[in-house]
Amino acid sequence: MSVGIIMLVHTAFDRAEQVARHWSASGCPIVIHADKNVPKKSYAAFIKALSDLPDVRFAKRHRCEWGTWGLVAATQTASKIMLDQFPDVRHVYLASGSCLPLRPVQELIDYLTERPHTDFIESATTADVPWTIGGLDQERFTLRFPFSWRKNRFLFDRYVAFQRAIGFKRRIPNGIVPHMGSQWWCLTRQTLSAILEDPDRQVYDRYFRKVWIPDESYFQTLSRLYSRQIESRSLTLSKFDYQGKPHIFYDDHLQLLRRSDCFVARKIWPFANKLYDAFLNDAAGAMKQTEPNPGKIDRIFAKAVERRVRGRPGLYMQSRFPVEGRENGLTCAQYSVFEGFSDLFENFEPWLARVTGTRVHGHIFAPERAEFSDGQTVMNGALCDSATLRDYNPRAFLASLIWNTRGERQCFQLGPRDTMKKIEWDIAKDPNAQISVISGAWAVPLFKSNKNFSEIRQEAARLQQVESKHLEVLRSTWAKARVRIWTMAEFIEAPMEPLQTIIDEIGKQSQHGLAEVPKMADLTGFGQFLQNLKNQGMHPYLMGDFPVEHRLHEPERGKRKPYLVR
Amino acid sequence: MSIAQSYVMRLRRKRHQVRAFRKHFALKPVVNRTARIRPGDILLFSTLRDEFVRLPYFLRYYRNLGVAHFVIVDNDSTDGSREYLADQPDVSVWTTKASYKRSKFGVDWLNWLQRKYGHGHWTLVVDPDEFFIYPFCDTRPIRALTDWLDTSQVRSFGAMLLDMYPKGRIDAVPYAPGQDPIEITGWFDPGNYMIEKNKQYGNLWIQGGPRSRVFFADRPKKAPALNKTPLVKWHRKYTYISSTHMLLPRGLNLTYDEWGGEKASGILLHAKFLDTFAAKAQEELARGQHYSGSVEYKAYAENVRSNSELWCKWSEKYINWRQLEILGLMSKGNWA
Repeated sequence: MSVGIIMLVHTAFDRAEQVARHWSASGCPIVIHADKNVPKKSYAAFIKALSDLPDVRFAKRHRCEWGTWGLVAATQTASKIMLDQFPDVRHVYLASGSCLPLRPVQELIDYLTERPHTDFIESATTADVPWTIGGLDQERFTLRFPFSWRKNRFLFDRYVAFQRAIGFKRRIPNGIVPHMGSQWWCLTRQTLSAILEDPDRQVYDRYFRKVWIPDESYFQTLSRLYSRQIESRSLTLSKFDYQGKPHIFYDDHLQLLRRSDCFVARKIWPFANKLYDAFLNDAAGAMKQTEPNPGKIDRIFAKAVERRVRGRPGLYMQSRFPVEGRENGLTCAQYSVFEGFSDLFENFEPWLARVTGTRVHGHIFAPERAEFSDGQTVMNGALCDSATLRDYNPRAFLASLIWNTRGERQCFQLGPRDTMKKIEWDIAKDPNAQISVISGAWAVPLFKSNKNFSEIRQEAARLQQVESKHLEVLRSTWAKARVRIWTMAEFIEAPMEPLQTIIDEIGKQSQHGLAEVPKMADLTGFGQFLQNLKNQGMHPYLMGDFPVEHRLHEPERGKRKPYLVR
Repeated sequence: MSIAQSYVMRLRRKRHQVRAFRKHFALKPVVNRTARIRPGDILLFSTLRDEFVRLPYFLRYYRNLGVAHFVIVDNDSTDGSREYLADQPDVSVWTTKASYKRSKFGVDWLNWLQRKYGHGHWTLVVDPDEFFIYPFCDTRPIRALTDWLDTSQVRSFGAMLLDMYPKGRIDAVPYAPGQDPIEITGWFDPGNYMIEKNKQYGNLWIQGGPRSRVFFADRPKKAPALNKTPLVKWHRKYTYISSTHMLLPRGLNLTYDEWGGEKASGILLHAKFLDTFAAKAQEELARGQHYSGSVEYKAYAENVRSNSELWCKWSEKYINWRQLEILGLMSKGNWA
């Protein structure tokens, strides 16, 4: 009892010949089908090249276009020859010219001899598997597909839409249940002959002729009618990408294939000399001494598809530039934005760096330059501190900053003095951003400055306007960042609580609460300062209510918040 | 895109083809071995001037990748480049004394030659100081990539220009013919690139890197474009528009994914900053044959004179393509 091999070939005849010789050397009869599109000359040369092998037959040629009936017809013709001319064959293995036997052929023969009644064919109902590409699952069995998907996509799509619109549905003959699966199978003589000799074969053939991709469903469906025992998996290792194209194996997959544990792999790049040498010339040696690890191939190809479909979030590069809304994260990692904190607290940045262990920058959108941490002029990724360069594409600047420092959380300051008009929406819409605002704190540096009051008044009016616009952005329904806003009056009432919350969320400090607190600026007279602004007709409202007289909102030294003052 | 806009693009493409036809009269064949080109061969097209020192390594590098034939336009070299190329068995050379600038920086010449000899082939258009890197280039020849692109029905493959520079002064280490220039200019900027989409042609416009950081920090808009599409399955109706940055028809420019995924892409290592550079910059400045009033070369000359370094603390040393992949400068896409 032996295994018969059906080979479907359309290119790379030298490799097909090599593989055919390999099968033949172990006594497997072979029936070869070559695509009708192959020029006569090369076909004749191919036949001649194999003429010295005893048990090789060539089947009548059909035109095989992807996803069409030709492939099934070719398989039927070749199967018929195999069953008729080689009565010893018990299992028929369907392979292609770009299949490569990984394990010694004798192992395959032994394996099949031990399972004389088992059909190895992947076969599942459409409802149960998510394999299908292009949204056609059940419909590939109930619609008609006269137009080529590859060559005439427009008509293909229109005709599908048209049939859907008028509610057209084909009848499935004899109540068979459509199954699909890998087109590479290994069937027993009994099952295969039953399919070919079925009295209703005409009916089935006529039906499947108009099914989309019948080579993945004809034998998969009909074997369910006759098989005594179906093992629903393919003995051929074949991985498909997200468009339904098979992944190709190259020389550098040698180690991977050695550990794959499969009998045959598809599809091999015809110029992968190392693979052909390793598996055809020294098949026994190739698989020896390796621990099988078939899962690894799965992981590698699954990852490749994931990269193609979802990409690396937060990365903008030459071949990934998502339109708005499809970024799956504007940035690649979480970061924190602090507004007003460095105005209110004198040593906020070093304190935050100490407490959280994160990288704390100054105002990276300051009009003069990007104030990177520790006064650096160039940051990770050779990101430059030039304001012109940054403002040329602030979004790229921020995305690069976060991407270049992946693995280390970034914190930076922002305020109404900064050039944030072009970036504020991006930050507000970024779910990775944690934004904490003490509104009105920009008034503290003004209060401490040594400028003329008219200048101060003008500047205060400008900053207030910018910040109030900015707060609108942060409060808009489009904002996806975690935003917390306190008025300054509110914040200094009980500053430790909000600080604790923010830092807990960053999630890197010790268990025992804040051991150390930042130093708040001295606000004596701040209420009067605001009153002066009001008296000049400029109404500061973003900082909340600061009464002039009672100083109630100024932290009382040594009593209520003793830990705030040093 | 409306029909009217599509029609404008069609006219533009035709106009470029007419230009290429007009300019091709200036090309004089030196050695034409294109009869040796076999179907399916991968071809390389290039324009050069006085690049003799670079040629031995350049040819070796691309022969190793599996380029079968080189089609080269020599723009009036005086250093023996032309004679050297003419002696190579797999090179066809044309020469011209015509203006580089007025042939759209060589685009017209190459468009013509590609139309004539590149139809149906995968063609790679690179300068002698550009080295093409693609996923798995250390284990798979370029044919593996083009075969995969063919089965994926992809016609063009993007590769960003990555400016390489030495640590220390540009002219500190002399370059010897046949040497791998990346040994000297082994450093690059890993993460300061800026991308915008060109709505008209659909390509991405990428700027950044050391040239933006050092030479153009105060006028970033003028900084050179780094997006390139050097590898195309050529059809005679295609045409490059501006260097290899843009093509028509516009579909060829879509080498990136807009729905969050990553397409496969490569890198052109740009080994421009060798010790030969200072002299070259001076000469090119005098000739005034480069883009937008040779603004680039002006900036370089200024900077080279003031002796500043391109290298900084955060420069990265080139190791291999996998490093570039991890840094996010190129991608394997779904090629595994």
